[in-house]
Amino acid sequence: MAEKLVKPEELAGGIDYKPKQKDWFDPRVEFRRGTWNYAAPPDNLKYLDLPNPRKWSPTDEDWKLPDNWKEIILEGLRDRIKRFRSLQVFMDICVRCGACADKCHFFIGSGDPKNMPVLRAELLRSVYRKDYTLAGKLMGKMVGARELTVDVLKEWFYYFYQCTECRRCSVFCPYGIDTAEITMIARELLNLVGVSIEWICTPAANCFRTGNHLGIQPHGFADSIEFAVDELEELTGIKVDAPINKKGAEILFVAPSADYFASPHYYTLLGYLALFHEIGLDYTWSAYASEGGNFGLFHSHEMMKRLNAKIYAEAKRLGVKWILGGECGHMWRVIHQYMDTLNGPADFLEEPVSPITGTRFENARSTKMVHITEFTSDLIRHGKIKLDKSRNDHWHATFHDSCNPSRAMGLLEEPRYVIKNCMNKFTEMPENTIREQTFCCGSGSGLGTDENLEMRLRGGFPRANACKYVHDTKDVNILLCICAIDKATLPPLLEYWVPGVEVGGIHELIGNALIMKGEKRETDLRGTPLPNLAPAEENTEDKAETGEEGEGDV
Amino acid sequence: MAAISALLILAVLIVVSMVGTGMADLDFLFGVVFPYAAILIFLVGFIYRIIRWAQSPVPFKITTTCGQQKSLDWIKDSPFEAPHSKLAVIGRMLMEILFFRSLFRNTKVDLKKDGPRVVYGGSKWLWLAGLAFHWSFLIILLRHYRFFADPVPFFVSGIESLDSFFQIGLPLFYITDAIILIALTYLFLRRVADPKMRFISLGSDYFALFLLLAIGVTGVLMRYTPMRVDIISIKELAMGLVSLKPVVPADIGSIFYIHLFLVSVLFAYFPFSKLMHMGGVFMSPTRNMANDNRVKRHVNPWDYPVKTHTYEEWEDEFRELMRAAGMPLEKEK
Repeated sequence: MAEKLVKPEELAGGIDYKPKQKDWFDPRVEFRRGTWNYAAPPDNLKYLDLPNPRKWSPTDEDWKLPDNWKEIILEGLRDRIKRFRSLQVFMDICVRCGACADKCHFFIGSGDPKNMPVLRAELLRSVYRKDYTLAGKLMGKMVGARELTVDVLKEWFYYFYQCTECRRCSVFCPYGIDTAEITMIARELLNLVGVSIEWICTPAANCFRTGNHLGIQPHGFADSIEFAVDELEELTGIKVDAPINKKGAEILFVAPSADYFASPHYYTLLGYLALFHEIGLDYTWSAYASEGGNFGLFHSHEMMKRLNAKIYAEAKRLGVKWILGGECGHMWRVIHQYMDTLNGPADFLEEPVSPITGTRFENARSTKMVHITEFTSDLIRHGKIKLDKSRNDHWHATFHDSCNPSRAMGLLEEPRYVIKNCMNKFTEMPENTIREQTFCCGSGSGLGTDENLEMRLRGGFPRANACKYVHDTKDVNILLCICAIDKATLPPLLEYWVPGVEVGGIHELIGNALIMKGEKRETDLRGTPLPNLAPAEENTEDKAETGEEGEGDV
Repeated sequence: MAAISALLILAVLIVVSMVGTGMADLDFLFGVVFPYAAILIFLVGFIYRIIRWAQSPVPFKITTTCGQQKSLDWIKDSPFEAPHSKLAVIGRMLMEILFFRSLFRNTKVDLKKDGPRVVYGGSKWLWLAGLAFHWSFLIILLRHYRFFADPVPFFVSGIESLDSFFQIGLPLFYITDAIILIALTYLFLRRVADPKMRFISLGSDYFALFLLLAIGVTGVLMRYTPMRVDIISIKELAMGLVSLKPVVPADIGSIFYIHLFLVSVLFAYFPFSKLMHMGGVFMSPTRNMANDNRVKRHVNPWDYPVKTHTYEEWEDEFRELMRAAGMPLEKEK
């Protein structure tokens, strides 16, 4: 937090849901520090063969657009309307009923009326109407039509990078209009004239080159996995095997790169390693497909495909049977909703079957990739792992549904089942803030930068606020999540709004509770002394068999 | 401002029809030509829009899931919120179209200055008013079928007797007449009363409401007040229209022509406006697709090859570093 920040009371105190302007037609925005992201550096655009690489900043008067920028954008819009029925229909059928208006975390945290999903979409619709519809050409403002100008383009940049593609608004829309879809396409249009942000293009370029967003080269990747193996040995006394690029392994495991390089993701990595060792899984990591996350999703459909291609290509090269995926949010949107279409069919793989329980994952029959919480909850259900819940007694947890697993997959019960079987104290946040109504961390879709911190804190306010409620009333002290961006951006968010709540992954808690053969444990995976040093032999199997709910479910 | 310009346009339309049929005696134009033209524009426009939408393909399966997916067999899934089959999708769509499922979820955010904290209250009025309006509109539309058929079909009489269940007044009072006017008034008031709604509302949003309200009011005036019109003549006109042998009976009354003209405007305006949500709701990819992405591969019809960084290129770039780290290689050189 480099910039000086106002106190939480002040930041929230200034929020007013009553719009100050008369109407929204004036596109001019003030690029106030803390509310926008740095421009993409020319080198990375060049590396990815993207148009108009140049040095520029959003605060510049002249964005150095190509001379025919307007034609490019309008042609790009026409082209996409012909290619995406979603866009075509979403441009035409909104009735402005306002159901979405107060559902966006950025609106709730900023009160900026153009953060109402309906208006965010109108920013694009207004240009569509002017250029594309008879009513717009004839009636202008009456039907909400606007001319495309440089100021409109700047406004798009500002507001389409204040949308985290979380899809919460689409849950409430009577027609299912999905602002994520509109934002994705608006960003594609901006990219056509070289208007894109560093925090998306740099990770994308890194990922294209090295295989992961952080730009870690293969030997560095091997180093960090090896380091984690050593660390786990220190913590448990057990030296696990973590093969990399191993041909003929049964399963390829793909996780977000932050898991092996950032904290608190790292503890989740230790949890995976411990679990895979204990069940004797025949698996491999890949240094080539060393990223499950996909910043291409935040850039364009094409970039998403380019970055995602590695996963199937590597599964084929290594000759694995199927793929297992780690804890990550947008990664799972890409895998669940896009991968098979983009880079399939994966006919060289087999329908996933758990080698431990024999369970056939029929819901992944075609894509051949299974979510780690689907895999682990199946292990628990069949009593294949021994878990000592009391080892997590120093934690009282709540669960933050990550946007994409909940609203683009329907993965709601699997993580809860795992949590309730590896710890005793669990409390849900209020019902309008979880499951399909969950609030974004405020930093998804490539907006998790330092320069954008004020907007992140505003966008994360509803999430932090719900967390504060269970912290204040139930002493919740850890927020669990299954998303790498969450794990990176929730800690500073909570530190600001609700100090005293940590952030962790589900497999970190599994790693804590897991009773490993021959283990010597005195601490949890974070090195904190275990609350109950004598491991309870009576483990959680009974409860697991009956699928009984954990306590404190509200 | 937006509301006022919409109101002005409506006023002009009403004056046009009053002058046209009252003073200029253009009954044939307003009673026959405009209705025919309106129906034609409606049908052609509606079909054109649907076809144009349908011409854009659906490259990806982007279902919004609002409940538990179908995964492991011991986890209970929510078929209508995260449908995994075609049948479940039909169920989800029916819930959406008949009962406005998504709107039923609506909440209202409230910022409390102590704390600070945000709270979310239930907010069902929009759902209720929306549902009340749409169902009343449908019932009223069906009731009007009595003018276009001889004998009146049984289902129309059935709807009428249900609608006038309370048996108040003569002519019998239709409940939907009251409901539609109340619902529309509410939908208008919330647009002006809530600053957020006022901000997002366009002239065209107000225009649609005003037009519907004016149609409702003129209908009610005709039926229940001394401005009553000659039903027999109206039926004669209507039957003439459907049998394509148009006749214009004398002296139907100006109020009827205003009503008919506004209905004509509504039909003609429909395909060019947001009212097309009626067709669009069926075509929204986030709602009408199954959440079976990992079970069945969805094909993108315009898929094209992209530039990737292949394993071979990647190994070429990092071979020496990988060798030094003792990692397995495909090629030694």
